[in-house]
Amino acid sequence: MLDMGYKTYTSFGLPTFLVIIVALYLLFTDSGEAFDVGRFLEETSPFVWGSLGIGLCIGLSVLGAGWGIFLTGASILGGGVRTPRISTKNLISIIFCEVVAIYGVIMGIVYSSKLQTVPEAQLYTRDNYFTGYALFFGGLTVGFCNLLCGLCVGVAGSTAALADAADPTLFVKVLVVEVFGSVLGLFGLISERKHLFYDITH
Amino acid sequence: MEGLFFNVDTGFLEGIVRGYKSGTLTQSHYASLAQCETLEDFKTQLSATDYGNFLANEPSPLSTATIADKATQTLVDQFNFIRSNSVEPLSKFLDYITYGYMIDNVVLLITGTLHERDTHELLERCHPLGIFDTMPALCVATNVEELYQSVLVETPLAPYFRDCLSAADLDDMNIEIIRNTVYKAYLEDFYNYVSTIGSTTADVMHNILAFEADRRTINITINSFDTELTKEQRAKLFPAIGRLFPTGNNALAKADDIDQVRQVCENVSEYRSFFDNSASAQTNGDLGDFGVAAQLEDRFFRMEVHLNKLAFLQQFQYGVFYSYVKLKEQEIRNITWIAECIAQDARDRIHDFIPIF
Repeated sequence: MLDMGYKTYTSFGLPTFLVIIVALYLLFTDSGEAFDVGRFLEETSPFVWGSLGIGLCIGLSVLGAGWGIFLTGASILGGGVRTPRISTKNLISIIFCEVVAIYGVIMGIVYSSKLQTVPEAQLYTRDNYFTGYALFFGGLTVGFCNLLCGLCVGVAGSTAALADAADPTLFVKVLVVEVFGSVLGLFGLISERKHLFYDITH
Repeated sequence: MEGLFFNVDTGFLEGIVRGYKSGTLTQSHYASLAQCETLEDFKTQLSATDYGNFLANEPSPLSTATIADKATQTLVDQFNFIRSNSVEPLSKFLDYITYGYMIDNVVLLITGTLHERDTHELLERCHPLGIFDTMPALCVATNVEELYQSVLVETPLAPYFRDCLSAADLDDMNIEIIRNTVYKAYLEDFYNYVSTIGSTTADVMHNILAFEADRRTINITINSFDTELTKEQRAKLFPAIGRLFPTGNNALAKADDIDQVRQVCENVSEYRSFFDNSASAQTNGDLGDFGVAAQLEDRFFRMEVHLNKLAFLQQFQYGVFYSYVKLKEQEIRNITWIAECIAQDARDRIHDFIPIF
């Protein structure tokens, strides 16, 4: 219980405290106007947003895929000790997780083709701002979609491996659950491709 | 959320223990075992199951004690494999499972020493899962205080013995009181520990441990009728967990016969059926109080097996390890029973075991 107290203090209390201190400092030294969200958005280069989006896209997708693979893999290894026949069939769960990472890579490549060198003077135009924000949120969406899809397929795959080890007829039934789970990643991919086409035709 | 990080440390071991569980004997195995004419047939039938050739090096004629010992040894080997491959918090959970056996061993050694049995004989009869290093030193027992200061304080059982250091002499009844007090402290400690390691484990284990506590409460009550145990002493032995806590415990502390126990259990829907048929059997005049107690024990075992089977329906929790050990123990009791029936040629009662799967 004491340990829970320390964790709550450091994760909630300390950042809140720091934020309040900084806010009050700005307020009392008459530099409250230094906190200007509009200026921040105008002055950051669209390249920042675009690159962040692409990075998050691939990074989160690979995180989701890797997480799913280790979840499933540990159970396949454990179940395969007594029931070696499950090890080949259950690789399909690993493939479903891997596909999630591939979605992330595809979207990353598609997005990075939208990044072209623009000289400083012509950088801060309305179209460029839009492209930057679109790439950021598109990449974030694909990344989160794939992260959660990877997790879902991983947990379902782990259960599928153990169910298969106990009773071979169960494998196909649990696999259906996994297929529905992997469709989540596909949703992210498709909706962000449509989103990008909007950008092109705009 | 428990599924996200459980497999990091425990995924492989969960797969292993579920593999062990799928090798437990089923109804068809028991049917073919019950049809064996001799213990040699029995051994051959068992070699086709996961037990394999565990009796291969035993000289014939086989005895049922050897079968039980070797079967327990397979369980111990499996448990030690899992224990040596585990990390915190699973390793602490597995340690908690062994404490129950340690308590039994300690009480066995103390009782045996009082009745002046040979030390080596006693050590051989200890349960292998509950062995700890300083066990032989327990054989110089005179009173609990000295026992505690010299031996028990270094074992994991030390906090459980604190409550019973005031026991005066070590005689048979006091030793039972010590055993039950220590076990009560162990159950409550296990229950609290399980609440800290995650909600799914807590859900599964709370059910199992609550039933264990209630079972002990009912057994202590019934066994203490017509003994010198006072009602206050009896009430102090009831664990403070379970469905019968606190009102049921209070009522059972004041109970004087089995009918009152039945009335208390009527209030808990899960335990109502334990006493059902015993009422009709008493009107037949077939069973006396002893018969009711035996039936009750049988019902308790069935309920325990049922709860332990339920633990396997949940993934990503530690209850499967506890349940596997208990189910394997029940299986060993079953095959020992069948072997005894074959050896003593009492085939009419050979199906009186509790099937698991």
